[in-house]
Amino acid sequence: MAKIKLAKDKVEKLIEICKSFNNEGSELINVLHKAQGTFGYLPAEVQEVIARELGVSVAHVYGVVTFYSFFTMVPKGEFPISICMGTACYVRGAEKVLEEFKKQLKVPIGETTEDGKFSISCLRCVGACGLAPVVTIGERTYGRVSAGDVADILKEYRN
Amino acid sequence: MEQMIKLTIDNKELEVAKGTTILQAAKEIGIEIPTLCYMHLNDMNIEHKPGGCRICVVEVEGRRNLAPSCNSKCEAGMNIKTHSMRVLNARKTVMELMLSDHPFDCLVCAKSGNCDLQTIAQNLGVREIHYKGEQSTYKVDYSPSIIRDMDKCIMCRRCETMCNDVQTVGALSAVNRGFESVVAPAFEMDLQKSTCTYCGQCVAVCPTGALTEKDHTNQLIRDLADPKKTVVVQTAPAVRAALGEEFGMEAGTLVTGKMVAALRNLGFDSVFDTDFAADLTIMEEGTELLGRLSAHLAGDKDVKLPILTSCCPGWVNFFEHHFPEMKEIPSTARSPQQMFGPIAKNYLAKQMGVKREDMIVVSIMPCLAKKYECQRDEFKVDGDPDVNYSISTRELANLIKQANMDFKTLPEEDFDNPLGESTGASVIFGATGGVIEAAARTAYEVYTGKTLEKVDFEALRGMEGIRSAKVDFDGLELNIGIAHGLGNARKLLEEIRDGKSEYHAIEIMACPGGCIGGGGQPLHHGDSSVLKKRAAALYREDEGKAIRKSHENPYIIKLYEEFLGKPCGELSHKLLHTHYFDKQNEIEVE
Ligand code: SF4
Ligand code: SF4
Ligand code: SF4
Ligand code: FES
Ligand code: FES
Repeated sequence: MAKIKLAKDKVEKLIEICKSFNNEGSELINVLHKAQGTFGYLPAEVQEVIARELGVSVAHVYGVVTFYSFFTMVPKGEFPISICMGTACYVRGAEKVLEEFKKQLKVPIGETTEDGKFSISCLRCVGACGLAPVVTIGERTYGRVSAGDVADILKEYRN
Repeated sequence: MEQMIKLTIDNKELEVAKGTTILQAAKEIGIEIPTLCYMHLNDMNIEHKPGGCRICVVEVEGRRNLAPSCNSKCEAGMNIKTHSMRVLNARKTVMELMLSDHPFDCLVCAKSGNCDLQTIAQNLGVREIHYKGEQSTYKVDYSPSIIRDMDKCIMCRRCETMCNDVQTVGALSAVNRGFESVVAPAFEMDLQKSTCTYCGQCVAVCPTGALTEKDHTNQLIRDLADPKKTVVVQTAPAVRAALGEEFGMEAGTLVTGKMVAALRNLGFDSVFDTDFAADLTIMEEGTELLGRLSAHLAGDKDVKLPILTSCCPGWVNFFEHHFPEMKEIPSTARSPQQMFGPIAKNYLAKQMGVKREDMIVVSIMPCLAKKYECQRDEFKVDGDPDVNYSISTRELANLIKQANMDFKTLPEEDFDNPLGESTGASVIFGATGGVIEAAARTAYEVYTGKTLEKVDFEALRGMEGIRSAKVDFDGLELNIGIAHGLGNARKLLEEIRDGKSEYHAIEIMACPGGCIGGGGQPLHHGDSSVLKKRAAALYREDEGKAIRKSHENPYIIKLYEEFLGKPCGELSHKLLHTHYFDKQNEIEVE
């Protein structure tokens, strides 16, 4: 018997969210959406509670969480970096840009730097193909980014 | 009345009910279309047709695209070709794409020779793969019963349907997307850490080598070759009704005698029968049932009814994970496999003059959950398991093939004694309803003190997922429930939890059909008539037995006289009973 630890107020909040969707298994995606909106991310413990409240298997919850790239199991950084991997961006070198971010921040895709400042994720076309390759950080969008620009961009957020 | 429609398949005209799929219609006129992701379990009302693999495509005249026959409905006037050039080329391409990221170790794959993917590739004449895909390298997951090698997964998701819809365990789900997608437990943890019951039903339907049983045959060969070891074997009832299928024999052929001969040829020192232990189970479980029943009737409020059978380790895993709050309700009697072990190592070993550590007890089981059960700590003495390991029916068949025996022509031989003698009651343990029927035969006579006129309790037999029957114990009417398949078990458990259950005793088997449909049996490819034939074979063997009630087994009587004392006595409790654990994850609030 493994124990799952979660703060009381979080459990209560989750139960409330599930209840607002009548504890319906078919509302899983909406429940997850709301839970992520509340907590910022969906750690294993949160998924366990949701599964129990909605009467669905944890495996199923995890399946849904991993299917939609919108959901994340790790907290996003204070400055979430998204690199567009759509076709236009890809052919114009988005991968090199991504590699440079990974190298400078020393974290893989989907994870957050130890100081909690930055996290890296990839996106499908963000609809700014004219500016490819495109990177967004928080609300800001950067166009025609090259690997050489990465250090300068990060500097803006570093101090 | 059903509306009928006319169509043509491969130049043959036919009429089918509206709503029939092209695949079913073709089958009606004897045309087999290859399928991979499609799965139809007729008796369980499960039709899994995700339409994902496209190996079943056919050409419909006038349509631009080929249609997947498993999930396309027939329409009036359709003209269908199931093996035109275009169809065959398309199937070949689909197959090549599926194989493009498949590991090329077919020759040494555990599923080789029994793999649908391999068979279809062969039938399509795929000799070359024109596409080079990225190879996936997912970690292989070794659990005590099942091995998951997701590099061989074709994402047909049949396992998921078994685990989630039939068994309602929910251990598996498709996770991730695109190239990364696999079927896995929550958080991609190992199966061992998940809520899996090891029923093996996912393994039984996997069309590739992605899910296979943990193979113990090499270990067995080593032990058989070791002159210091005395290796004894026990064989479960359901094995004899299915083993023959692996050698091309008709389903439902009883091969008890040949199986014994084969085991002896393999070099076992003694060949015994789990049926003996099943008779013992009835003595213990039946006594417990009567004890609880009498106490309950006498008004003891602490005694809970119904009593649930406990001889299926898949079912035990299920309630430990999913209904731990009810772990006091099942009988404490161990499964027959785990009754045999301690009797062999504590009683037989002494008789044979063998030290416990030199005796290896092996079991041949229709079951994958038994592999895990052997390893449970409660069933070990100073680290030495009562039953060292268990081999599935399929593994035994492979071993017989390895040893180059011509199974069909083997002579019929008898089990060794004393642990080889069994009654008809124990044989039917292998089919759903059999355990409770066996228990009723003994409990009736013990309770009423009268001889049972007719030992066949037909009302308890059958293939319905949930059955109930009343059994008359000389004026005392007992309500008996039977469930097979964990989804059905769940329904009865929920009734009990909600205080709505009227049953006195319930038999539960994890696998659909009971052990005859176990996860370690020859693959039946969803054809439930195979299960019915296996069950019929067991009832035939029961009928042919001179003794058909467990308490009349002379060696059981002797075992109690010489060794155990009385059923549910002190020694029985130590050796033949067990206790259960709460395995549910608990959410601890901080
Ligand atoms: S593990 Fe087997 S049954 Fe499950 S999806 Fe993969 S190939 Fe299909
Ligand atoms: S063994 Fe049974 S419980 Fe475990 S994953 Fe397979 S179907 Fe599910
Ligand atoms: S029904 Fe039989 S084969 Fe299936 S898990 Fe239970 S004991 Fe094993
Ligand atoms: S591909 Fe990157 S914005 Fe469209
Ligand atoms: S069998 Fe029809 S699509 Fe897979």
